[in-house]
Amino acid sequence: MANLNPQKTPMPLQDPKVRAYNFDEVALGYTEQMALEEADRCLNCKHMPCVSGCPVGISIPSFIQKVKVGEFEEAYRILTESSSLPAVCGRVCPQESQCESKCVRGIKGEPVGIGRLERFVADYHNENCTETAEKPTPNGHRVAVVGSGPSGLTCAGDLAKKGYDVTVFEALHTAGGVLVYGIPEFRLPKAIVAKEIETLQSLGVKIAVNTVVGKTVSVEELMQEEGFEAVFIGSGAGLPRFMRIPGENLKGVYSANEFLTRVNLMKAYRKGSATPIRAVSTVAVVGGGNVAMDAARSALRLGAKKVYIVYRRSLEELPARREEVEHAMEEGIEFLLLNNPTEILGDENGFVKGMKCIRMELGEPDASGRRSPVEIPGSEYTLDCDCVIMSIGTSPNPLIKSTTKGLEVNRRGGIVVNEATGQTSLDGVYAGGDAVTGAATVILAMGAGKTAAKAIDETLQKQNR
Amino acid sequence: MYRILEKRSLNPTVTLMRIEAPAVAKKAEPGQFIILRTDAEGERIPLTVADYDRAAGSVTIIFQIVGATTEKLNALQEGDSLHDFVGPLGRATETDGKRKVAVVGGGVGCAIAYPVAKKFFEQGTEVHTVAGFRTKDLVILEKEFEAASTKFVKMSDDGSWGEKGLVTDALRRLIESGEQYDEVITIGPLPMMKFVCKLTKEYGIKTVASMNPIMIDGTGMCGGCRLTVGGETKFACVDGPEFDGHLIDFDEAIARSSMYKPFERAAHEATCNLLRKGDELRG
Repeated sequence: MANLNPQKTPMPLQDPKVRAYNFDEVALGYTEQMALEEADRCLNCKHMPCVSGCPVGISIPSFIQKVKVGEFEEAYRILTESSSLPAVCGRVCPQESQCESKCVRGIKGEPVGIGRLERFVADYHNENCTETAEKPTPNGHRVAVVGSGPSGLTCAGDLAKKGYDVTVFEALHTAGGVLVYGIPEFRLPKAIVAKEIETLQSLGVKIAVNTVVGKTVSVEELMQEEGFEAVFIGSGAGLPRFMRIPGENLKGVYSANEFLTRVNLMKAYRKGSATPIRAVSTVAVVGGGNVAMDAARSALRLGAKKVYIVYRRSLEELPARREEVEHAMEEGIEFLLLNNPTEILGDENGFVKGMKCIRMELGEPDASGRRSPVEIPGSEYTLDCDCVIMSIGTSPNPLIKSTTKGLEVNRRGGIVVNEATGQTSLDGVYAGGDAVTGAATVILAMGAGKTAAKAIDETLQKQNR
Repeated sequence: MYRILEKRSLNPTVTLMRIEAPAVAKKAEPGQFIILRTDAEGERIPLTVADYDRAAGSVTIIFQIVGATTEKLNALQEGDSLHDFVGPLGRATETDGKRKVAVVGGGVGCAIAYPVAKKFFEQGTEVHTVAGFRTKDLVILEKEFEAASTKFVKMSDDGSWGEKGLVTDALRRLIESGEQYDEVITIGPLPMMKFVCKLTKEYGIKTVASMNPIMIDGTGMCGGCRLTVGGETKFACVDGPEFDGHLIDFDEAIARSSMYKPFERAAHEATCNLLRKGDELRG
């Protein structure tokens, strides 16, 4: 008999009053008992609606059935058939709009906590498994992957499992891409990312850090001089966008990328870190995505007394995951919805001292179907703050497109690909993730990496024959 | 790991290091920069390429000891290695089609001006170099500039080296005496570059300034190195580091460069004390 509780088994969390002052993980993870209980809520539907909601097509009911009977290692094996980064996905995937949105249990009550179970299984394996993965037999083909974020690691992992000799080129000094520089420790501990990368290395994936493809070496050179038969470009999101309002270059205005990179990659939150970050007391984060939530919650943990999210639409349109929004609210972050900045004000030394905002209301739906925000005349006011973090998206990095002849990009600078294969306008060159779509989610990038890996394999095997 | 093949003190506060980095050496051009970290906990600092030797696979950097990281860097010796060394980043100096240029360098900025002068000189461009230092003891690369310049004007604040005066005094004199430059390239402290650009604007001479703002990743991700050029936001790491000097908002750049001054001062002092302690222990 299945567990008929309409609610998910609750996830143990750090107390908001405590966690708002530390960088330790917020969600503590299920115990074995909780995992068994939650797995029991799965009805093991024959038509598996949940799988259709997963960008990498994990065989969800099968892994949950293994959890149900306590065969956690077997559950892990099923997960890794489809996902190279289960401990990451279990933490940062927007399950509520993917697998869990299709769950039959969600019709009357809450869906099965698929993400929580995935995380439990991956953590169980990482804590208990001492065996290293078996290295697949080499097939003699070499593939280069540009960027070690979610799409690159997935592509590398899938190809390595098939015996490809894969080298991942990373511009920064540490592998992991956005998982390391972007998503904060309290949401995704860096030790977990390092562990997942170690697992890929044990499959034979090589990682070359400090290599900027497009500068240190070009895509053409990788293929013509270094002997790679295919290249996957997963170089991620690029230059931060700003609003083009006065005052954006005052001291104390950060892009979310800069703020989070200082904190996450360079560990500016640790006492004695060589990388500085300004001590601030009142922070306004502009934007409503997951990155904005990460920046706001990081600012709070760095000791800010007051943190605002300033977003021009209403709560309903807020693009961040609901869980992140709830966590942010619990921690005391104040949401200034239907508000839009018009100018950042500085003191006589060029430091931020406030931000002029105007109140908004929702008008008619625009082309995207969302009701577009319209300024309310005369509603301007000044918000006191000494730090502004702009979190309104990025535009693709220009380094690769400007140094790769014949690589087609779209109007917004994203690399143009065939969606079914990830192939670009160049033979043997594939791309995926934010470099193609602009800022999106970890799991969509992983899905793209997976698609490209499959296409690369098929193409190289065909040529081989 | 990136081994230090050679280390030389150019003056009491400026050091030259030749680093083993074949991949960077293969691609480096004047005007570009690298980013390095001394150790696994270190910050990323950008330094402009001062020279490179493709055959030997080495890249030369010249740095002034101004903060905690350059202090730590200077404590390393030949045979030691840097933890990270990535590049070449940014765009190279455009040297094509110029018959006559003036290269105006100030202080440690001369370390960056030198490879630019050299490249122009080697391609047959007439190069007039104006170098300025506070005082004789701080002069670097004198012989190198002599060898890479058609005309070499030395200036110092106190008159102990060359003439007493500012680089702008010398440049104005050259222009007034009828020298016609296709371009002026200026590299040095922000206030110096600001006044060089102001001067050349009067005469309508195209001028390029090499900017060295605060950076983190250096690859076009963080936006920390942004500056305003001609009313538009530009990123020094991917759009620069060289920009049209007549369009740069220097006052904003000067303000932004002071963002972390108090932190840097404290970190510098802490590192100095640590290194002193280390020296005492080593006896």
